[in-house]
Amino acid sequence: MNAPPIANTGAVGQRIPRLEVQEKVLGQALYVDDMVRPRMLHGAILGSPIPHGRIRSWDKSRALALPGVKAVIVGPELAPHHLGAFIKDELALVREKVLYVGDPVAAVAAVDLATARTALTLIDIEYADLPAVFDVEEAQKADAPLLHENFEKYVKVFPAEYSGRNVLSISTIAEGNVDAAWAECDVIVEGVYESPAQAHAYIETNGALAEFDAAGKVTVWSCTQSVFKVQAAVSEALGISMAKVRAIATRIGGGFGGKAEPSAQIIAVALARETGRPVKLILSRDEEFTMMRMRHPAKVRVKTGAKKDGTLVAREFDATYDAGAYADDSPGVMGFGMLMARGPYRVPHLKCVGRAVYTNKIRTGAFRGFGNPQTALASEANLDDLAAKLGIDPLDLRLKNAMKPGDTWAGGQKVDACGLIECLEKLRKASDWDRRRKAPAASQPGKRRGVGVACLAHISGVLATSAIVRVLEDGSFSLNTGAVDIGQGSDTTLAQICAATLKVPIERVNLVNPDTDASPYNWGTGASRVTYTVGRAVVQAAVSAGEQLKQRASMILECAASDLELREGGLVGLKGVPGKELPYGALVGFSHYVAGGPIIGTSALMFDGPGFDPKRALLRGVPFSNLGAYVFGAQAVEVEVDEVTGKVDVIEVWSAHDVGKAINPQSVEGQIQGGVVQGIGYALTEDVVWDGGRVVNPSFMDYKIPGSLDVPYAIHPIIVEHPEASGPFGAKGVGEPGLVGVGPAIRNAIAAATGVRLSVMPFTPERVWTAMRAG
Amino acid sequence: MPDVTLTVNGERERLAVDATETLLDALRARLGLNGTKLGCNQGVCGSCTVLIDGTPGRACLTLAASCGGRDIRTIEGSATGGKPSVVQQAFVETGAVQCGYCTPGMILTAEALLKRQRKPSTDDIRHALSGNLCRCSGYAKIVDAVRLASERMPA
Repeated sequence: MNAPPIANTGAVGQRIPRLEVQEKVLGQALYVDDMVRPRMLHGAILGSPIPHGRIRSWDKSRALALPGVKAVIVGPELAPHHLGAFIKDELALVREKVLYVGDPVAAVAAVDLATARTALTLIDIEYADLPAVFDVEEAQKADAPLLHENFEKYVKVFPAEYSGRNVLSISTIAEGNVDAAWAECDVIVEGVYESPAQAHAYIETNGALAEFDAAGKVTVWSCTQSVFKVQAAVSEALGISMAKVRAIATRIGGGFGGKAEPSAQIIAVALARETGRPVKLILSRDEEFTMMRMRHPAKVRVKTGAKKDGTLVAREFDATYDAGAYADDSPGVMGFGMLMARGPYRVPHLKCVGRAVYTNKIRTGAFRGFGNPQTALASEANLDDLAAKLGIDPLDLRLKNAMKPGDTWAGGQKVDACGLIECLEKLRKASDWDRRRKAPAASQPGKRRGVGVACLAHISGVLATSAIVRVLEDGSFSLNTGAVDIGQGSDTTLAQICAATLKVPIERVNLVNPDTDASPYNWGTGASRVTYTVGRAVVQAAVSAGEQLKQRASMILECAASDLELREGGLVGLKGVPGKELPYGALVGFSHYVAGGPIIGTSALMFDGPGFDPKRALLRGVPFSNLGAYVFGAQAVEVEVDEVTGKVDVIEVWSAHDVGKAINPQSVEGQIQGGVVQGIGYALTEDVVWDGGRVVNPSFMDYKIPGSLDVPYAIHPIIVEHPEASGPFGAKGVGEPGLVGVGPAIRNAIAAATGVRLSVMPFTPERVWTAMRAG
Repeated sequence: MPDVTLTVNGERERLAVDATETLLDALRARLGLNGTKLGCNQGVCGSCTVLIDGTPGRACLTLAASCGGRDIRTIEGSATGGKPSVVQQAFVETGAVQCGYCTPGMILTAEALLKRQRKPSTDDIRHALSGNLCRCSGYAKIVDAVRLASERMPA
């Protein structure tokens, strides 16, 4: 058996529609809230009404008396198993002390959602209020309330450095000798830049459905960026063996980092265990804004010194990230922010010190960019200010200092593939930079236009990954990686990589849905890693399957396997002899029924490229040793500012990214455009408003993510391809970078348009107007 | 529990609904039409958009009991015999779909637009879609999809 050969199967580089797109346009895609199980109950979580306090007493009798309520669980009833990706400081439900408004304290399962939510209001919990702290500087003062009295005793999964009140992690990265270098500088520019919290605001809220079988094994369906993290977290939190936890990904309605760590899964399992019935728990939009996690607000002080000609000499960063009430991914986010702070420039003297600090607010965690957008704002705004002071065009200043192949990243990792200069040059041409810069044309009186630029870099890689490629009897393939497609299109990209490696049309690749019972280990979808890291595992597994196919063919054709080659359409042929070939399907039949055994290619890997160089750089409290391949980009934005209202409109965006190789250019463009628009929201309208520790705008009505009229249609993705030797077909990641430089590019464009150099994001009409007034 | 008789995707349905039950809940829980999505339950995000007598409406803000005699179309009613509509096919080809959660609402909004205006401009499309939030795409490819569908429709 074999499907008919197709001549051109070069799936890599093609604009192939998503594998799952039909079910999505037809309304048949199954998200977790679309799932129903027999006798299923509905769960709901009660959040703390106060920002800091001790639970004095609790009484669940009124809630339990409500008809239809099947279980009420409060924190003290669960064994105290601590959780946390970096620092184990969190419980599934609070036992003693609540730390933010929204901190989960109790949960209910009932016959329907309305009953479950009504029952929440009938749980009586008495709190003893404690003083709370909402500001990172206040939190570090000696008399500030202490959030985690047992911090020293918490398990930390990395060599953490910390000192000072409420400080959970300090990362230091240094090269050269910054203190001595300032004397060499002709110009020094210093500034402090602040960036806000940002809500992930995926349109699908978090949720999970848990069901136990008679043997005590629980299956958890959920929207998650990693089924393996769900499995581990449920096991750890509830004391259930991992052998008794099966995690399955449904379709995911967007993640952006917000579904990287567990959300509703643990509590759904606890309720299912308590009731003996399946429980579905879907968060409301309000709960997403108050209970889950956000992007870290950060305050970054930066000082840059340069020669008169613009050559960068030294940079110093001092940053504070607001972690909120629990560590979550904070040590990683802040540490990565420090690693990225220098920017993609040659700077011989560097010192970056970052702190992550607890406050009585919703926890902050992974969000597209992972600490990088915060330092990118500081770094790229500060460079713009430097360019102004030097009288050098800001794009020229960046070109002059841009990293080139063979340069090293901060920390000493050598970078071989770097298309930054090409990105900048293409950006200059596509945006008609020089004309727009010199002669900005406003659409009407009362408006001012300007263009701004920012460079960016990011990582793609990190942590462990595997892939299994199994060949089926008709010559098609089963590809199993455990990597979750959260909407970015990685299933299709991985299938393209597999198909191209094995020279078959993509229709012959079946992607196995991530399932801990079936899939090989994959750390997760994040760190712009799936195309690069998982893609690399897919190539290795596919190559292995191909070698096995050749070996079987060599048995039939009685020749050496080295004389054989894979041919387009799924054939193994004798080199130099056209027509002398066997279809994959026949070789699998031979393997299954004659000799050789099933053909299964596998790969298990972890990024093994160059790491940090401890002789070159000082690295302390940095929660990773080596990361992956660096990616580069440059973004330009044209804005128009209303002189009367201070409102900023983005007119046009150009976003150039070195992606190594675009496996699916349509998906790459989608990642860039989507990242840019999320960045526009971050820069202009997405403002989390607090009243003390309470989020007062927890809705799409009051927290403004961009709609189609708030962003330009003209967002131009520019794809640059400098192949990364270690990547699949030369590819590296593009998931996060589109967002990273947008904030500073807009800030710099506002400066070009108005002369106002803003330092606090988002650049709301009020801030812009006030700054313009102050002149 | 009031009885309500309405047409959903061309079929007459008689439902006993709670007085406070939304059209969204009735479609999803009673009729198993899961293509209509809950995003905010507040009428802002547009992921629950359905066509009510041909006009896009928020199923999360519409009481099922108020839909007596109405003609409701959900995303499941867009395709004909399993074949995607012109708009659905355009979404497939242009890369307008990422996570897919906003997609049903976007498609129905676009279909209503093209019914009343066959050749909309880019700005017309942006205006029509402004009540449907997407967090993945940046909208450009969704606008491309609607334009492609408009080009393929008979004038």
